[in-house]
Amino acid sequence: MTWRRRHVLATDDWSRDEIEQVLETTERMREVLSRPIRRAPPLRGRTVILFFAEASTRTRVSFELAAKALSADVVNISASGSSVEKGETLLDTVRTLEALGGDVVVMRHAASGAPYFVAQRTGARVINAGDGWHAHPTQGLLDAFTLRGALGDLAGKRIVIAGDVVHSRVARSDIHALVPLGARITLSGPPTLQPSAWLHGAPPEGVEFEADLDRALRGADAVIALRLQRERQEGGLIPSLREYARVWGLTEARVALMREGAPVMHPGPMNEGVEIDAAVAHGGRSLIETQVTNGVAVRMALLYLLAGTTSLEAVAA
Amino acid sequence: MIYTGITRLDPATGTSTVADARVGAGEERRDGRGLLLVPGFVDLHAHLREPGFEESETVATGARAALAGGFTTICAMPNTEPALDAPGLVAELLARAEAARGARVLVIGAITRGRQGKELADLVELAAAGCVAFSDDGAPVADARLFRHALEYATVTGLPLIEHPQDLALSGRGVMHEGVTSAALGLAGMPAAAEDGAVGRDLALARETGARLHLAHLSTAGSVELVRRAKAEGLAVTAEVAPHHLALTDEWVAGSRTCAWETAPAPRVMAYDSATKVNPPLRTAADVRACWAGLADGTIDAIATDHAPHASIRKDVEYQEAAFGISGFETALPLLLGGVRAGWASLATVVAALTVGPSRVLSRPLTPGDWVVVDPELEWTVDVTAFASKGRNTPLAGRRLRGKVVLAAVGDEIRYDARDAGMGR
Repeated sequence: MTWRRRHVLATDDWSRDEIEQVLETTERMREVLSRPIRRAPPLRGRTVILFFAEASTRTRVSFELAAKALSADVVNISASGSSVEKGETLLDTVRTLEALGGDVVVMRHAASGAPYFVAQRTGARVINAGDGWHAHPTQGLLDAFTLRGALGDLAGKRIVIAGDVVHSRVARSDIHALVPLGARITLSGPPTLQPSAWLHGAPPEGVEFEADLDRALRGADAVIALRLQRERQEGGLIPSLREYARVWGLTEARVALMREGAPVMHPGPMNEGVEIDAAVAHGGRSLIETQVTNGVAVRMALLYLLAGTTSLEAVAA
Repeated sequence: MIYTGITRLDPATGTSTVADARVGAGEERRDGRGLLLVPGFVDLHAHLREPGFEESETVATGARAALAGGFTTICAMPNTEPALDAPGLVAELLARAEAARGARVLVIGAITRGRQGKELADLVELAAAGCVAFSDDGAPVADARLFRHALEYATVTGLPLIEHPQDLALSGRGVMHEGVTSAALGLAGMPAAAEDGAVGRDLALARETGARLHLAHLSTAGSVELVRRAKAEGLAVTAEVAPHHLALTDEWVAGSRTCAWETAPAPRVMAYDSATKVNPPLRTAADVRACWAGLADGTIDAIATDHAPHASIRKDVEYQEAAFGISGFETALPLLLGGVRAGWASLATVVAALTVGPSRVLSRPLTPGDWVVVDPELEWTVDVTAFASKGRNTPLAGRRLRGKVVLAAVGDEIRYDARDAGMGR
């Protein structure tokens, strides 16, 4: 199948075939990463600009490793100390990006939709590395890849996403990567941290809500815990972190309610003792480190599909 | 100008007659068959941005843009910088409007000094300076006690208070309607209850004071229903709705460009177009239908544009950072005709809500000699670079619309002729 998308902004309108193609390409990239010299040529001569207008180390480094493993030139534009914090508008930054002439812009931004703004105004290809509460498509795809590695075919599998869904770009992108592969999603967490329209009206296809985490976990095939921002308490959305940890924290006892051996994931960074206990985060069912490793391969796959100049065979050779 | 065989629609009676009609001076004859002659539209709600935001609009550009949309009288909202809260500012604005030779401009004075919501502006002096109503529009008078005093005090002037109904705590930092679309886009939502609750408060205060309350830009099914009941009860309340709330839905934020009455979907555009960001926000299709129902049964008295032009620097930014508002004068009529063609209200109802409806809200008769000619079938493309308004912020940019004001006369003087822009016959 020929890759047709110009940008990776969100996977909400992606077909199953497109997601499968990314996951298959990711397998090939894992092979590249397993070589003694972790480098392949398909992005040689291409420039990847990493534009991170919101603090992030993990995702930025993951993209940087991915781009370098494909032999791209990598340029960093980060928020701290850059003009973004000096009142430069996003439009100014887009003009700079255009002048720099990158082939791919990987961007993280605090405003939902910011990658759409950039994609409309640049000739470069844009990969969304997280925009506000909206989407984090590479996280969704790497979670799908990781879950498929652990569970095999996801058809009929029930995945629990626990915590602050309304403010979570990860939750949205997980839904949009997992549901097309046949998985069903159970959201669990305080009702104040779920999109109100999903609770009281129509949740997305394949998604249901169960406030009681124990009930949600019973018999589930996997759980993804979401990071809880501490400012949610000040916003009046939860009474206290202590109560949150008691009611919605992922403990060993709760994990045991799932199907035997069901894995635990978290997009990081974790608040250990709040949404996840240390024993669970670092325990035998945790796939959290695998997620990080797979992240590099998924990002390589997307960079390759968007900007690769040589064939996949050349990568594998 | 003489239009031969034109259909003249009298909004006071809803009757139409076909005859030759003279508009303005001169003996030029034009074929009026298929065209409509109606009184000039009255817009209760427009932002002319002067003084303070002249990069977005001036009285002169706004008053000319109004004419291109058929509005021969417009009411300027006082959320300028400084706010229109003193007689001298009102006089200055009226003088500028006179010189502009566009639409007639009426001034709405601020309810509170500096629109700060802390203390009352000099309402009686503002009335003496020529204000036709009072409003802190752009924001509600959040302090219910102060708003009650404003309603009571304003009875001395006999002028209506125009309230922007919004519970600010509940709408919070929302940038669009809270619902399935905001959930999908990860944008903070403004729940319908933020409007419904505010309307409930305002109606309770109107009931206690017996004052003349006019509610600006209703956008939810809930608030329309509350006003319907209040009117049945006999309260002296009136209400308006904006054309964009009668045509567009929150889906437009996600990239839809299908009007509420269209059955065939229009081609989508990229999501997060800040031209769709407006307050009150674009609501659901059910809310749009409720607004039409309110218009059809008389719950809603007037259609008011809430024309809110913005310079591109305030719109060409991230969605959550963009200013609220749609430049609405020049596209109002074709949007309304779309609903008429769908059968959601009669043409007579829409024309009444643009003319006699707002004139009753202001207790001012329509001005003789103010006329517009409408070509209801003229198809044209919205070219924002050709707008008379400085505000090019509309999600309708580039779209084909059907129906256009082709001529506008103020005091029997033709001040707008679409032929000058190469349109119309």
